[in-house]
Amino acid sequence: MSQSVVLSETTPLTAATSRWPDRSFRWLAIGAAFMIVVLIVLVGWQLSRGAHLAITTFGPGFLASSKWDPVTDEYGAWPFIYGTLLSSVLAIVIAVPLGVATALFLTEMAPLKLRQPVIMIIEMLAAVPSVIFGLWGIFMLVPWLRDHLFEWIAHSWLGYLPFFKGPIYGVSMLAGGIVVAIMILPIVTSISREILRSVPNLQREAAYALGATHWEVIRIAVLSYAGRGIFGAAILGLGRALGETMAVTMVIGNRPEVSASLFAPGYTLASAIANEFAEANSDLYLSSLFELGLVLLLVTLLVNTVAQLMMRTLTGQGAGKVK
Amino acid sequence: MTTATDTFEPSRAYQTWRKWKSHGMGLLLGLCAVAVMTPLFLVLYFLVSKGASALDWNFFTQLPKPTGELGGGMANAIVGTLMLLGMAAVIGVPVGVMGGVYLAEYGSDRANYWIRFAADVLNGIPSIVWGVVVWALLVVPFKTFSAYAGGVALGFMMIPLVMRTTEEVLILVPQSYREAGLALGIARWKIITVIVIKAALKGIITGILIATARIAGETAPLLFTALGNNYWNHSLSEPVAALPLQIYNYAISPYEDWHRQAWAGALVLMVMILTLNIIVRVISRGHNKSN
Repeated sequence: MSQSVVLSETTPLTAATSRWPDRSFRWLAIGAAFMIVVLIVLVGWQLSRGAHLAITTFGPGFLASSKWDPVTDEYGAWPFIYGTLLSSVLAIVIAVPLGVATALFLTEMAPLKLRQPVIMIIEMLAAVPSVIFGLWGIFMLVPWLRDHLFEWIAHSWLGYLPFFKGPIYGVSMLAGGIVVAIMILPIVTSISREILRSVPNLQREAAYALGATHWEVIRIAVLSYAGRGIFGAAILGLGRALGETMAVTMVIGNRPEVSASLFAPGYTLASAIANEFAEANSDLYLSSLFELGLVLLLVTLLVNTVAQLMMRTLTGQGAGKVK
Repeated sequence: MTTATDTFEPSRAYQTWRKWKSHGMGLLLGLCAVAVMTPLFLVLYFLVSKGASALDWNFFTQLPKPTGELGGGMANAIVGTLMLLGMAAVIGVPVGVMGGVYLAEYGSDRANYWIRFAADVLNGIPSIVWGVVVWALLVVPFKTFSAYAGGVALGFMMIPLVMRTTEEVLILVPQSYREAGLALGIARWKIITVIVIKAALKGIITGILIATARIAGETAPLLFTALGNNYWNHSLSEPVAALPLQIYNYAISPYEDWHRQAWAGALVLMVMILTLNIIVRVISRGHNKSN
């Protein structure tokens, strides 16, 4: 009884004093969450401010021009846009079938004991920094590609295609695509796995009941059900591929040319910035590099937004948790 | 009747073909899984075989030698990387955790939708873009490349990562914990800090470590911010060396001895990152067995 009296005496006091810490804590949390929005605005604003000079000088022609000449101070983004898109598309073409196949293996085929170790190894692949892939790319992958794979492709019937013509340097668009493919494989695999896991078991059982073989179950019941989600995974992988910088810079050859051949060296938006930003000696040069950054930002934002929206609609339909 | 069963019953040869096709595709999928894992083994194999031979005591204690001289080490780069990670954490952890608190404890559904969306967008911004933005933000006004700038660039990248993982673990704390706190008349901020965050602390720390491992190997944001330095860093407003930067600069150099050191540096960096990942695994063991 005496205790309750004490409580009622002290309660108004604590309530009054505890209002301001409560409020300021709440504002701290709001501020921190709002920081996200501030950062996005900051990125957009800084890039457009930096690119202003190039935008006013070259106009929209900047995107279509393939002249990149610091000596005459004329700049155009086309070779970089082309290189970024081509290397990313190559990466997707290589990584999506492999990633989906691995995800299928993990969800449908592999013995339970094998699954966790394989998943762990693929997660470890995601932990390898870009610069280490680049180092490995320069000294191991590119020489091997040059002496074996590219040589073999050039001498097979594929060599008659325009994509595989011209001298083989090793450093090339294709090498860039392969390295990026390796780097996006973990994310493509893990998202595909999430999507395949969300396919209802009933779907599989129904196919088995009709007498389908294991592969037929995968093709008819699983893959056709998961098709849209896998497309989303590919788009998300594309978003990652577009922005890859270090490893690509180290193996793609860094030559601002537009060539149909995948053996020819190329250049990407990100690697142009990485290579030339520090040595840009005129305002227009620097501003053009900023505009490359702006283009890269807009393209990745577009691709990522599409991917996020796709993933959200999928999760909205109860396709399971997809990060 | 017999004609009907004839048409519905596929031939024995076709049945066998279907069976073997199924086996064949299974094998193919397995081979794809092996192909996906192969690069990791190749990278690790070359890191160890090329890097271990270049690792010695000097590597951890000495500064890089000038061009043309053999030997030297990356002591300053190792310390620099730790400094940069520390600074990144000073920015990324408080903002990220508080942002996660907002999402889990305060935000309305509508606000949360947009903030999560923005965080995912922020996560997708290429790392080289961060380098350029922080260069314009901190290097140009102060007219010098600095450790600050590098730390800020990494810190910005860390914010959305920490925020999303913090939110995810805070949501898992049972609602009844909060209600018990409220019933006792404890202030909201105390409930969050003393009860909710404490209950989810393991998960939050795991998230922070994962984010740290992610940014530890970042090179692109440091190129025009921290810049790199061949000597010890004496002040945070000076350029600072970092392991990934040093690896990059040595890898694209024409010198054999520098290539050797680049491999050694890469091995050290990889071991650092894998150690972080292993710590995460040990901490969260038994946490998500459902996977």
